[in-house]
Amino acid sequence: MKDDTVKLGLKPTGPATERPISIAIVAMGGQGGGVLTGWIVNLAETHGWVAQSTSVPGVAQRTGATIYYVEMMRPGDGGQKPVLAQMPTPGDVDVVIASEFMEAGRSILRGIVTPDRTTLIASSHRSLAISEKMAPGDSIANNGAVSDAIGVVAKQEIVFDMNAMAVKNGSVISSAMFGSLAASGTLPFAREAYYDVIRKGGKGIDASIRAFDAAFDRTVNGPEMPQLEAPETPVATLPDSLRDKRANALLTRIRSELPEQAHAMAYLGLQKVVDFQDAAYGDEYLDILRNLTEADRAANGEAQGFAFTASAAKYLANAMAYDDVIRVARIKTQSARRQRVAEEVGLKTGQVLNTTEFMHPRMEEAASTLPVGLANWLKSRKSLYAWLDRRINKGRRIQTYRLTGFLPLHFVGALKGTRRMSLRHKTEVAHRDAWLADAAQALAQNYDLGVAMLTFRRLIKGYSDTHVRGHSKFEKVMQTTKSIAGRDDAAEWAQRLLTSAIKDASSKDLDGTIMTIESFSGT
Amino acid sequence: MAERSFAKEVEDLKLGEGDLFRGEGILAITKALLQSGVAYVGGYQGSPISHLMDVLADANDILDDLDVVFQSSASEATAGAMLSASVMYPLRGAVAWKSTVGTNVASDALSNLASGGVTGGAMVIVGEDYGEGSSIMQERTHAFAMKSQMWLLDPRPDQACMVNLIEKGFELSEATNTPVMLQVRVRSCHMTGEFACKDNKRPEFTLRDAMNNPERDLGRIVLPPAAYEHEVEKIKVRMPAAIDFIRDQKLNEFFGPTGEEKTGKTGLIVVGGMYNSTIRALQFLGLCDAYGNSRVPIYVMNVAYPTIKSEVDAFCEGLDAVLMVEEGQPEYIEQSISTILARTKSPTEVHGKDYLPMGGDYTAAVLTEGIGRFLEDHEPKQLGNRAPVPDPVPILTNPVIERLADVVPARPPGLCTGCPERPIFAAMKMVFEETGTHHVSADIGCHLFSILPPFNLGATTMGFGLGPASAAAFNVKGAKRSISIMGDGGFWHNGLTSGIGNAVFNKHDGVFVIVDNFYSSATGGQDILSSRAHNKRRNTNNSIVDAVKGIGATWVRQVDHTYDVTKMRNVLNEALTTDAEGPKIIVASSECMLNKQRREKPKVAKAISGGKRVVKEKFGVDEDVCTGDHACMRLSGCPSLSIKELDDPLRDDPVASIDDTCVACGNCGEVADAAVLCPSFFRAEVTHNPTGWDKVRANLSGSVIRYLQDRREKRAVSFEA
Repeated sequence: MKDDTVKLGLKPTGPATERPISIAIVAMGGQGGGVLTGWIVNLAETHGWVAQSTSVPGVAQRTGATIYYVEMMRPGDGGQKPVLAQMPTPGDVDVVIASEFMEAGRSILRGIVTPDRTTLIASSHRSLAISEKMAPGDSIANNGAVSDAIGVVAKQEIVFDMNAMAVKNGSVISSAMFGSLAASGTLPFAREAYYDVIRKGGKGIDASIRAFDAAFDRTVNGPEMPQLEAPETPVATLPDSLRDKRANALLTRIRSELPEQAHAMAYLGLQKVVDFQDAAYGDEYLDILRNLTEADRAANGEAQGFAFTASAAKYLANAMAYDDVIRVARIKTQSARRQRVAEEVGLKTGQVLNTTEFMHPRMEEAASTLPVGLANWLKSRKSLYAWLDRRINKGRRIQTYRLTGFLPLHFVGALKGTRRMSLRHKTEVAHRDAWLADAAQALAQNYDLGVAMLTFRRLIKGYSDTHVRGHSKFEKVMQTTKSIAGRDDAAEWAQRLLTSAIKDASSKDLDGTIMTIESFSGT
Repeated sequence: MAERSFAKEVEDLKLGEGDLFRGEGILAITKALLQSGVAYVGGYQGSPISHLMDVLADANDILDDLDVVFQSSASEATAGAMLSASVMYPLRGAVAWKSTVGTNVASDALSNLASGGVTGGAMVIVGEDYGEGSSIMQERTHAFAMKSQMWLLDPRPDQACMVNLIEKGFELSEATNTPVMLQVRVRSCHMTGEFACKDNKRPEFTLRDAMNNPERDLGRIVLPPAAYEHEVEKIKVRMPAAIDFIRDQKLNEFFGPTGEEKTGKTGLIVVGGMYNSTIRALQFLGLCDAYGNSRVPIYVMNVAYPTIKSEVDAFCEGLDAVLMVEEGQPEYIEQSISTILARTKSPTEVHGKDYLPMGGDYTAAVLTEGIGRFLEDHEPKQLGNRAPVPDPVPILTNPVIERLADVVPARPPGLCTGCPERPIFAAMKMVFEETGTHHVSADIGCHLFSILPPFNLGATTMGFGLGPASAAAFNVKGAKRSISIMGDGGFWHNGLTSGIGNAVFNKHDGVFVIVDNFYSSATGGQDILSSRAHNKRRNTNNSIVDAVKGIGATWVRQVDHTYDVTKMRNVLNEALTTDAEGPKIIVASSECMLNKQRREKPKVAKAISGGKRVVKEKFGVDEDVCTGDHACMRLSGCPSLSIKELDDPLRDDPVASIDDTCVACGNCGEVADAAVLCPSFFRAEVTHNPTGWDKVRANLSGSVIRYLQDRREKRAVSFEA
């Protein structure tokens, strides 16, 4: 039993001044917190302790955050039973077990993790909350904030990916957490006693014990290998040469025409555009980049580490490899794609894999892949266009690995040959050129603003209506930025506009930022 | 079949004299009912009482053996009225529900029952859903007990005490001809513990005996002049009898120093349910040990209503001040004790909500603070050297932790993976994107999660089954039609008449969506009238469509596969635009995925291991096709559909990703199609134990496909070094 007496300055008068061991399990509904709670109670009771668990399932059992609470204590002299509390008191919890990393953070905010007594056992994996998923860009909560907090509040911390460990051993997270609890030394029970409890449970015993052992060892010994820091950029240096002559020629161009600071990104971008179209398209990419480099140099980009060129290398590649039906069809029919799906579903030999695509092409997409003249002619024949739309615009389920599905997709992929004559290509090029011209123009006066304008490209994504909305956001952000291009802090405002456009799908935040800008710029 | 099975645990209900029961609170309550010799039980599910209903259902065979009739009542009103079996006959009966919501529904029956009084012991077990984790409005059941004059038991969170009070409660009910309420809080229902058992008792007088020897007494029926006599009887006979019984049987308890040892100037009066937290608070203050040996006298009111004057007088004797510990508002007991002491001009001061918060959970931390201040003012020497109490404030005000508050995202409850209700709301959101928003009246049930992100649909919720009724006023032709939602549980509970019947009768022009997922799902998957499973004890498979047509609705559409988002959207559009008169009713039916998976998963696993051909499905996302706009998330919120960061430095935003918990309901693919979002989603189908023809076909198409892939990939520019 722990020797943590009531914090009186008085001498303890006997066991009566002791308090029970308290354990809070914070989890999400459906994560098996109940199983773990049952195990812990069982463990204590088989050792003659009095244990009590409580929980508040309620609606939280449907994926919300919830908490289970256990207290345990030896009976007093003469078998007197302790009075156990039904909920954790902030500042008075011995062990907190968190089945997800942000839930660990939430338990810290509840005040139940304190440096004088709490062992925090937390799985470092994330299960994203709806607010993190809904934003039209990156809104994932910062793990570092939780790690920092754990360092400050926990007396003892046991943090690693218990979910992955459990899955690897064919079990669920509760077994791994039980293993870490056993290894933490916070409860006065032997390892064997934990096994007995698991065995009594009756289901998936072997897998549970495997996960338990793995977590136990990991808790005692620390990580098997020190985790290597991921390099900042995937290619620090370019390859010396490439076997494919077409590729090698392009590589040589990067080396001779672009500043070194942009090489890595340009090489990645180059691969993307060549994969999208062909080597000639790669040359076009490098031509544009070269021109932008000149503008960059003229704006004293050298002092800025050619940030403009590096940024252009990234966003130009994304702009040039736009998402059209041809690209989609080619990706869906790649051999590497089938392999990836097979791995994802754990395909074993002797099993047959198929995939069904959920596609909904509209006449608009179909027409835009046609040569400009034909596409415009079709668009002018309204009744014909509508008739075709009725034929084309519907949901289609395509079975990729049946010939009836694969061949049409393969054929659409082959339209790559005429892509550069298509209406879509013309539209994309016009938009791209205007965007780059704006950025280059801004660059001459305000280097950071030029770079920021390049990043606006991030707003253009999605298909059909989402794509249209992305474009309209891009326009709003670009026009507003241009209206204040003369201000010294224009780049900061540009950044703020972009952030608000990315975080909020409804455009409300963006419109708010625009109104703020208009209020001081007087437009 | 309910979500949680107690098939194993109910075996403990057979324990007899001398055995030690060990388990969850709800099981202890059930065991106490059997030890009390109940003849009938009923109730309606809802946290924290759902599991009690599940236990009773799983224990049906045991109940049969004991001649106990168990019903899953249609509503709390039904359950309340069921207690009328105890009016004329010496039959013990108990009903259970979630309170205060269930008590609201039942209160008409309870008022009538309490007025006429009972012969056999009648007990209402209310799960007091107050405080953290509650899903309802924050009110006290106490008011119902007082207004109808039913004795309110509130036992200490200790199973032996709870069991004893249930047994005594029936005796109390019979001794006073008054129904009794037993109040248990959420944590006590789910609290593990132990108690020494007695043998189960068969009812001495059974329902069969009653039915074969019917009796009546006009004096028990609420009609003048009997109703006036009931009131007099309540005041003159039943209340005094209750006070005597409670005092004589020592249902309330005294702890801490008594008699000559009681030298202090202060004391605590605590309702039973607050006892454990109070003890912990006293422990923090250095006034008590872990076993409940307190230096402050404590009067524990296991009977929260009525107040026993003689006990209060005796307890307050010699004390300068007492502190009343009761959770929630208003402070009914504090008022009652103040009245008692004021009438006798007692010098003892009564405190309570002046030191403790008016509302919210009485946690150990809250009580420590309140009791500490009370003692500081009235008997500071008790606090001794004022030992430091657990205090998280220094750590919570650390800048690192304060920063954390902005990082940790809220995690509201949501629809489960594969929930058939998700596509209904996805479709509705799509409709609103075209037509603008409409007024939506929500209801109680899983579908209420529509009010939260990502759907954000639903303006009000007025109570179970009252979604359609709460749209009643919005009956104006030509305006944008209102939409109301109701689950199948709420529909059978009262919505058929209060909502649909009302709309038909008043020629309501609105749209009414009935979410039919084959169970009372939010409460744990209990069967209801329209459940499609066969249940040997209940009559299921009663069509909601037939019911609404039977009540006079004419525009009725059933979507028998809610995952067909396009169809769902079209039906909603049609309902919002049709010229048809009267209510436009959509019955959206697909089975609750939790229940479906629980049934199907083991079957599939068995079929695969048995060598049968099985196609297992799972959805996926092509990460190169996904552009990271997350439009799909805003129409889904599925737990298995998440986002992941890519290694690709060219991409800034994380892309959609589907994890292994996917059950292939199809919602994401259907939504991507119906809303014309993107072609990123695919369904992967893995055929286990394929047939010969499966293999031949896969090989044939596979070789053509590989040939075409090779040809194309060989021609491509290669960036390999």
